[in-house]
Amino acid sequence: MNRFKYIVAGFLFTLFTSFVGLVLLPILTVGNQTPLIDPETGEQIPPSLTALELRGKGVYMSNGCMYCHSQQVRPERVGTDIARGWGKRRTIAADYMNEGRTLLGTMRTGPDLATIGIRMPAESWHLLHLYNPQTTSKGSNMPPFPFLFDKRKIGEQKSPEALPLSGEYAPEDGYEIIPTDEVKALVAYLQSLKLGHYDVKGAQRAVIESKAEIRKK
Amino acid sequence: MSEADIEKSRQERLEIDRAALKPVGMFIGTSLIWLLLGSFLAIGASIKLHNPEFLSEANWLTFGRVRPAHLNTVAYGWLSTAGIGIGLWILSRLCRVPITDYTSLTLAAVFWNVGNAVGTWGILRGDGTSIEWLEYPPYAAPLLLISFAFVMMSAVSLVRRRPPGHIYVSQWYILAAFFWFPLMYLTCQALFFWNPIQAPAQGAVNWWYAHNTLGLWFTPIGLGAIYYLIPKVIGRPIHSYYLSMIGFWSLAFFYAWAGMHHLIGGPYPAWLISASVVASVMMFVPVITVAINQHTTMKGSFSALRWSPTLRFIVFGGVSYTLASIQGSLMAIRSLNYLTHFTHYTIAHAHLGAYSFASMVFFGAIYYMMPRLLEREWPSAWLIRGHFWCCSIGFIIYFVSLTWGGWLQGIEMNTKETPFLEIVKLTIPFLKSRSWAGSLMTLGHIFFAINFAWMLVKKRNASTTATLLGKQRSL
Repeated sequence: MNRFKYIVAGFLFTLFTSFVGLVLLPILTVGNQTPLIDPETGEQIPPSLTALELRGKGVYMSNGCMYCHSQQVRPERVGTDIARGWGKRRTIAADYMNEGRTLLGTMRTGPDLATIGIRMPAESWHLLHLYNPQTTSKGSNMPPFPFLFDKRKIGEQKSPEALPLSGEYAPEDGYEIIPTDEVKALVAYLQSLKLGHYDVKGAQRAVIESKAEIRKK
Repeated sequence: MSEADIEKSRQERLEIDRAALKPVGMFIGTSLIWLLLGSFLAIGASIKLHNPEFLSEANWLTFGRVRPAHLNTVAYGWLSTAGIGIGLWILSRLCRVPITDYTSLTLAAVFWNVGNAVGTWGILRGDGTSIEWLEYPPYAAPLLLISFAFVMMSAVSLVRRRPPGHIYVSQWYILAAFFWFPLMYLTCQALFFWNPIQAPAQGAVNWWYAHNTLGLWFTPIGLGAIYYLIPKVIGRPIHSYYLSMIGFWSLAFFYAWAGMHHLIGGPYPAWLISASVVASVMMFVPVITVAINQHTTMKGSFSALRWSPTLRFIVFGGVSYTLASIQGSLMAIRSLNYLTHFTHYTIAHAHLGAYSFASMVFFGAIYYMMPRLLEREWPSAWLIRGHFWCCSIGFIIYFVSLTWGGWLQGIEMNTKETPFLEIVKLTIPFLKSRSWAGSLMTLGHIFFAINFAWMLVKKRNASTTATLLGKQRSL
């Protein structure tokens, strides 16, 4: 048994070195962000999600959107993220500091969504696209999400919320498609996605400068 | 060895196998159920990618739930469950002491399977965590952790009770895996759910864990099984003890550091990514030492592939390990990663490791173990052959489709003029061919499961000769 003790100590040690390097150090560096204030507006950046957007993020997670959509913009020399207009600059750790759960993703069966809130601000587009992606993006392999909508008989008059569907995607006569609260929350979350949009670097500099000033005094 | 010694060691093995039958058999038997479930989830997810309307009405069958359900059922339901069974049995054989903790291992098997069932159900009902490889909701994790605590205690008890003497390399690999996996899993549960860390660090912790699940859990069990079974089948010891030691320690050190290559281009400092790129490239050391060692051990005995079911699967798996690792090292190099990251190319690579290496080796190990545990032979050589050819040909089609499709996808993604929808359309034929390939692999799994179930109901020692795929010749 004695020799086994050393062996066990050895393989615990190898795991421990990687724990220090790849877990502990990231937690102590990028995972230890100071809250930032926009020097001009005096508001927190990046903003935290509202209750509605947070609920929408829950819908995003429970339906596994991240298995096809990443949320990260790579630097100019890597890939074509910036050239495709997916962001103005690469996203950095501080952009994610108020995320709660980060959904970076590792697959782009669909396009990156880091800045979808800027690229596609309209709620109406998202609702149609989520009901059936073919209505807005013919040939897409994204699944439709009919379960996020209610199909109901048209009452006295058509609901103002009913999706403007026509042709093969429209429900049968006398019925209309109404978005549920869940999908509205999801769209609110998508509209909030503006990763890399805020001047976190400028705000970080401001923090450092103000600290230096305090030290001088 | 004298006649009496041979008889004594035969008797010893018989005792060990009889003691292992129930505790180990529970893990192996249930792992097959998860393999089938995981395969059907895979086919569902695969069809959805080229036929998005398929089963899209119900929320619990949407792609974003079926896909993680597939990953977790095959990773924790199939590979881990089978891995625990195979690992415990090989440890017991090599420590030359029977497994005695029948009650705690029964509890472990029950907890493990209930944990997997609760986790899979949780993902399908929408409680998935969206943390890759850790999708089971936090309420499933304690079941898995308790179960693994029992497994660890059992493994340690085997090692403690063993008579003094040489420690074989398979014991190193398997015991290490039995320590590494629960520690990593516990760490991640704590850092993600019990006391959550800030979002910017989560990606790093996620990929430290996810990459190590393959590297420090499936891989060491798989390599331990290969090192144990090749000499068993061909009747010759491994080529070099020292090479196997270099292989073990370099794997332990470099693999643990390799995970961050999944974040190349991501919002992380360059030093973190570079550390993993270096470690990934250094993985050439353990891979090449293992490949040389296994090849030179096998040299001159390749004809045994014709008749031995175990060897066929194990050698297929061993070669895949070398290929998967070399490919992985290359894919970690930034310039190639810029092309393959975010594409189906990576999915093909992941299956080369988790399926073509780990799963195929585990199939081979189960073919070797079960006749010894149950003291009866596999009922059908035809079904074994069907299993092998469906899975190997199916996998090759799978790999070629996604590698090719993913490569084109990567090229077009890096061409800014190509509209995104054109890229999607470009991948569709490759995704269709993957669905066919996956169906063929699933057919192989069905053959395997039928043979296994048939074996369980067969009378003990109905046949006395081993079920082989051809005529056995002396080596």
